[in-house]
Amino acid sequence: MTESYPRMLPAGDTALVVELGDTIDLAVNARVRALDRLMAATRMAGIVETLPTNRSLMVVYEPLVLSQDDLVRAIERLLVALPEQPAETGGRGWIVPAVYGGTYGIDLVAVAAALGLDEDAVIARHAASEYRVFMIGFQPGFAYLGVLDPALAVSRHAAPRAEIPAGTISIAGNQTVINSVAAPSGWNLIARTPARLFDRRRSDPFLLAPGDRVRFRPVPAAEWAALAARAEAGDRVAESTS
Amino acid sequence: MTAALDIIAPGPLTTAQDGGRTGWLRYGVPGSGALDRRALAVANVLVGNLPDAGALEMTLAGGTFAVRGSALRIALAGADMPLAIDGEAASRDRSYTLVPGAVIRVGAARNGARAYLAVAGTFAIAPVFGSVSTHRRAGIGGIDGGALKAGMVLPAAGPPPSGPELRFTGEMPPSARIRIVLGPQDDYFTAAALATLGEAAFTVTPQADRMGLRLAGPPLAHAKGFNIVSDAIAPGSIQVPGDGQPIVLLADRQTTGGYPKIATVISADLPALGQMRPGDSIRFEVVGIAAAVAARRALLAWIAALPQRAVPVTTALASERLLGANLISGVTDGSGA
Repeated sequence: MTESYPRMLPAGDTALVVELGDTIDLAVNARVRALDRLMAATRMAGIVETLPTNRSLMVVYEPLVLSQDDLVRAIERLLVALPEQPAETGGRGWIVPAVYGGTYGIDLVAVAAALGLDEDAVIARHAASEYRVFMIGFQPGFAYLGVLDPALAVSRHAAPRAEIPAGTISIAGNQTVINSVAAPSGWNLIARTPARLFDRRRSDPFLLAPGDRVRFRPVPAAEWAALAARAEAGDRVAESTS
Repeated sequence: MTAALDIIAPGPLTTAQDGGRTGWLRYGVPGSGALDRRALAVANVLVGNLPDAGALEMTLAGGTFAVRGSALRIALAGADMPLAIDGEAASRDRSYTLVPGAVIRVGAARNGARAYLAVAGTFAIAPVFGSVSTHRRAGIGGIDGGALKAGMVLPAAGPPPSGPELRFTGEMPPSARIRIVLGPQDDYFTAAALATLGEAAFTVTPQADRMGLRLAGPPLAHAKGFNIVSDAIAPGSIQVPGDGQPIVLLADRQTTGGYPKIATVISADLPALGQMRPGDSIRFEVVGIAAAVAARRALLAWIAALPQRAVPVTTALASERLLGANLISGVTDGSGA
């Protein structure tokens, strides 16, 4: 199939989806986030909010203020101004503590076996990369990060697990995700962080935003209790690097 | 003393909901809010609130509530749930000012799925991200982010209005068919699937909640697989997983997902979806954007005109209730409820 991008697709009468590709890669995602910034800068009347995803930007609008035709024309103008390789501006850096394997990452053994690596090698490779937050979606604060080391590429499970705990770090394809709340998941669970990606008691309830940079710091299971207690007390636990 | 509502029995699922929250999709927080914005608006306007103010959304059946503190004005609208006040049958679609100790009982819906109980001055609930709407999975909004429980006490935020009791004289806009706009991923489906979507009857399965309605009907065939790169899900999105059975996503939906979305229910017909219950039949009608926007304009105008459709109840009936007398028994107030 050959689609030509970008393409604009209605999602009902109050939202328009601007697809910039159909792959998960940094180049497409960087353009999504750059388009989001251009859109915000227009301060156009009738725009309600935007939702940047892996490969598209959903623009929610009030059609009684801004017609779909006018919105499409405005976005077409922005797309002309959108660079092929936009500069990565903004975004904060974070180091997120993670306990790998065991009860904290019940699929680590199977993932290592499937990849022909030992568990330590999987951990080392997962913790070696700096990831970009491609999108926050699915559930409040749930972070999709990319891109994963190609040596760690595994498929999702055929049947999802009914519920996995908040803080679970898992992998599939070329992404790694961090669960913000307990939810069903078909991903491969390799670690867990005591950091809370969503805690409405904090003044900054969401730890991560699209465009942020994330590294994982492996910590021993013995440190879990102390870090979890700090998180419970409202500490972000994750370390800011910028 | 401030009026409050004692939750004696909350019913199967009763949550605080208002017009919903905006601006938090990028953090994975859906809009939530009342599934039937029309009925929410009717209940609110009858007690002098703004149409989108917070109220209690009851699901399939209501609960039992008692007034405490001081007089409280209430109104019930939406699904056909029988209302009794101090054991006497009372009407939906009108306001009552109740004395402390009065007991409100809301029964099981004979039609529809959701009814709204509003109180004058709204409930004193702290908003989260600009809204009192409850989103249970995230644990935000309402009371501690969850459904109401027996023993809770919800204070009213203001005194009851001093004007006459009001009743609603209009009718809900008809909604025989649920209108949809194709896309965003209609190109992932066969021409036959698109035709089936507009012609067949679908049945609401028991998997129906505030996140979405799972439907059963003739399978909708994918033309190029059923996995897409996850992207945003708008309210009313009809996503079709591998089994070809559509799921209509509602106010508490996940904000992103990886199944293709064949069509999107127009904003004006989302309230009708909120009244669907398991076993109900749905037929879709494909319309263009212009028709969808015209329907939205009509719905918003209908809501804006509600104050003109809320007319005083006859003085005699209103004062009887205020005095706690039982004279209303056997009397209908002509509201057509």
